[in-house]
Amino acid sequence: MKFAVIVFPGSNCDRDMYHAVRDGLGEEADLVWYENANLADYDAILLPGGFSYGDYLRSGAIASVSNVLNQIKQKAEIGTPVLGVCNGFQILLETGLLPGAMLRNEKMKFMCHYETLVVERNDTLFTSSYEKGQEIQIPIAHGEGNYYCDDATLETLQQNNQIVFTYKNNPNGSRADIAGIVSKAGNVLGMMPHPERAVEDLLGSKDGLALFQSVLHHWREMYVTTS
Amino acid sequence: MLQQAEISPEKIEQDRLYRDMGMTDEEFQSVKNILGRQPNFTETGIFSVMWSEHCSYKTSKPLLRKFPTKGPHVLQGPGEGAGIVDIGDDKAVVFKIESHNHPSAVEPYQGAATGVGGIIRDVFSMGARPIALLNSLRFGNLTTPRVKYLVEEVVHGIAGYGNCVGVPTVGGEIQFDTSYEGNPLVNAMCVGLIDQKDIQKGIAAGVGNTVIYAGAPTGRDGIHGATFASEDLSEESESKRPSVQVGDPFMEKLLIEACLEVIHHEALVGMQDMGAAGLTSSASEMASKAGMGMEMNLDLVPQRELHMTPYELMLSESQERMLLVVKKGQEQGIIDVFEKYGLQAVAVGTVTDDKQFRLLHHGEIAAEIPVDSLAEDAPVYYKDSKVPDYFTKFQTMDYKPAVTNYAETLKQLLQQPTIASKEWVYDQYDSMVGADTVVAPGSDAAIVRVRGTQKAIAMTTDCNSRYIYLDPETGGKIAVAEAARNIISSGAKPLALTDGLNFGNPDKPENFWQMEKSVDGMSAACLALDTPVISGNVSLYNESNQQSIFPTPIVGMVGLVEDIKHVTTSTFKQAGDAIYLVGETKAEFGGSELQNLLEGRYYGKAPAINLDIEASNQQAVLASIQQGLTASAHDLAEGGLAVALAESLFGTTLGAQVTVEEDVTAALFSESQSRFLVSVSPDNQAAFEEAVPAAAQIGVVTETAELTVVQGDKTIIAEAVPTLEGLWKGAIPCLLKSKA
Repeated sequence: MKFAVIVFPGSNCDRDMYHAVRDGLGEEADLVWYENANLADYDAILLPGGFSYGDYLRSGAIASVSNVLNQIKQKAEIGTPVLGVCNGFQILLETGLLPGAMLRNEKMKFMCHYETLVVERNDTLFTSSYEKGQEIQIPIAHGEGNYYCDDATLETLQQNNQIVFTYKNNPNGSRADIAGIVSKAGNVLGMMPHPERAVEDLLGSKDGLALFQSVLHHWREMYVTTS
Repeated sequence: MLQQAEISPEKIEQDRLYRDMGMTDEEFQSVKNILGRQPNFTETGIFSVMWSEHCSYKTSKPLLRKFPTKGPHVLQGPGEGAGIVDIGDDKAVVFKIESHNHPSAVEPYQGAATGVGGIIRDVFSMGARPIALLNSLRFGNLTTPRVKYLVEEVVHGIAGYGNCVGVPTVGGEIQFDTSYEGNPLVNAMCVGLIDQKDIQKGIAAGVGNTVIYAGAPTGRDGIHGATFASEDLSEESESKRPSVQVGDPFMEKLLIEACLEVIHHEALVGMQDMGAAGLTSSASEMASKAGMGMEMNLDLVPQRELHMTPYELMLSESQERMLLVVKKGQEQGIIDVFEKYGLQAVAVGTVTDDKQFRLLHHGEIAAEIPVDSLAEDAPVYYKDSKVPDYFTKFQTMDYKPAVTNYAETLKQLLQQPTIASKEWVYDQYDSMVGADTVVAPGSDAAIVRVRGTQKAIAMTTDCNSRYIYLDPETGGKIAVAEAARNIISSGAKPLALTDGLNFGNPDKPENFWQMEKSVDGMSAACLALDTPVISGNVSLYNESNQQSIFPTPIVGMVGLVEDIKHVTTSTFKQAGDAIYLVGETKAEFGGSELQNLLEGRYYGKAPAINLDIEASNQQAVLASIQQGLTASAHDLAEGGLAVALAESLFGTTLGAQVTVEEDVTAALFSESQSRFLVSVSPDNQAAFEEAVPAAAQIGVVTETAELTVVQGDKTIIAEAVPTLEGLWKGAIPCLLKSKA
């Protein structure tokens, strides 16, 4: 399976994501510079964390209008898994692939530490290797991770079962403790915590690896049934 | 806007305008002798920054020569952007520490942020990828609104820059003392990793080669920053806020990636960042080091403001700029790399063989200076030195604290800001980006692994300035020894250090004596512990309202973990493990946290240190770690054994039962040197005792989360660990929140 890690000017978790796939999962990954990218051959798209365009204007706003996002939207439409982590999630919100917006953390400070996440759904292509209700340790590192949406949107998210991860102890003020949500079709996941930083015990947790493994299982199943 | 006519050379001399730029009458005369004429305004500015303490080390040079700087593993000692040490596998680590004290005193956010940016550039200009940041901060006591503001904004600035640029901030230290009230210290250290074949140097070799300016355009910010850094802070310092640069970490991130791509380009000859004294120092140093000259056309320098004068262009300290020398005719390949990242890169000059530093502006020669004179002819001062009266007095004093309630004393010590948890600080730093951080902030040393090998790098910053104040020579030894103990406790062998020397005004003989003696002490420890000094920074004139800071020579040390399996942390691991104290405890309280708590000031003798014992304890503990005999290891420092025991329990669910002998106060709170707290599983006890002869078992790790200390049949301390941990964690947030 082949993953594309999209690199924008200012992305800084791109290599973390690359190594998570290559060394953690053992699959192919390329760092793909945002300009003149061709995503046709990739089986999954990863939007890494960082500060694309220095967070100027709003976090994720400038990257969200780059050409490569048009290709990503097309891939998303045909069912290709798209994962946006941290700044990647912010970009997905800015493009409208996922609903809602990010506010500054409730305490107005950047924070970096492990958080306990609750796996709310294990019937998505990103979470099938987890148990429903499982508690996992994944680091957060953000200043603007306070997820916000209006009442109607929240109701839709709940009705469609789009809330995939929640914080056990909400660190940033996110509405309904939301840490990660999927698109209605289920193949676009945005989350603030960093699963790519939690793929080996040496660094403190490997609870994030199952997310990548789930994507791989999904791809294998698709491949077997369609060929 | 009209352009003002430049002040004439005659007027500069007549009105002694050079004094405003920080130049003395004698220095101005030497400039005249060098040039054989009066310098013009631009030339005066160039000499004054290049001969400032910050760039020339004119006062500290005689002292810096004392440091041992060589070793079989040292690939690059002091003199380049950063020092380099071999770690095997054809790889090396590159590191340096730098101060940004004065900018941070007047504009804490940008002062701290650009300090981080500058030190990162020093490292990647050598061709290394920055893999870790550390810092060392000193503030006044957390009681005034000004100090709280400085703490909040300095931390915010470090976080704002480091997090965005994507280099993890993995460690550091903070201490609080009255002497830093008006003059905080902000020292930033960066560690990089490099394949040895990629090492770059800042040289401008090859006549006719092209000088390329890359990165952010030049503005009027930071003009004369290096000179500002070389004088005392005063009421007027606030007016120097325009001397503080403004940073853009996004630009820096692009510059890192572009420069690390450019180093693989065959056309690159040399590269250096524009740090203190901006274009002036980078260009003249590159030419001087190569034995060449340089001619630059300032009209070609990218500018973000109109009508900038040659003086402003040469002295601006605008951030995120690099200077490259590239083979003639191959410029475009290099420029293309920068353009990929949306960065400007333009040819601004050429390398010449006439050893002149020639600047053109609007078709005229704006400056023409023999280039070596800027770097090599700077004056060297041998300042007067005098033993301060306080030292003589302190040496005769014997301080004995009176403690009655040991548990209460421990609780109060845990809440002292210097000891209390710094989680409030480091939680704001992205300590994990890069996915290589094995040990994050909070343990003795931070550890970052070297991907593709079994190795890892350990690093720490350390300096107990109270001991150095009491006794600079002994304190200097302790600073190096304690940094090494931190490295050892984490399972690494100390390799080398970078020094961040922060002192008061060297014109005061008592201050210069402190400098001299602390350098002597540090040098002795460097030799004894085999850790040469490979880079560093000097920051003098750290005073405010005539009050000097405590002498604060910060040690940034890097060590090598040979096998990732050796990585050790300070926390206890398993109930039933034996607790050992390594090293001898004496009743030593001068400069201790206990003295600060009880007396509110420091006096008496600093703890003694015997470097032979220090070295042998360190070697024994490291050997026991490498043999897999230890479960945890922790350096004993501020607050002594009691605090170390508590810290080893925090973050666990365990407790400890410990027995101490008379004198209980010394056993618990003395700050005797060369000591470690180690836990060992019962299976390994025999082997451990053989490996570490200086170890004595003092207790055992228990299941119940309680710290119990007994003496004979008396229970001296019996406290629930969560209570202690709550106090320790809550102290700093509480102090910051409380209204002064």
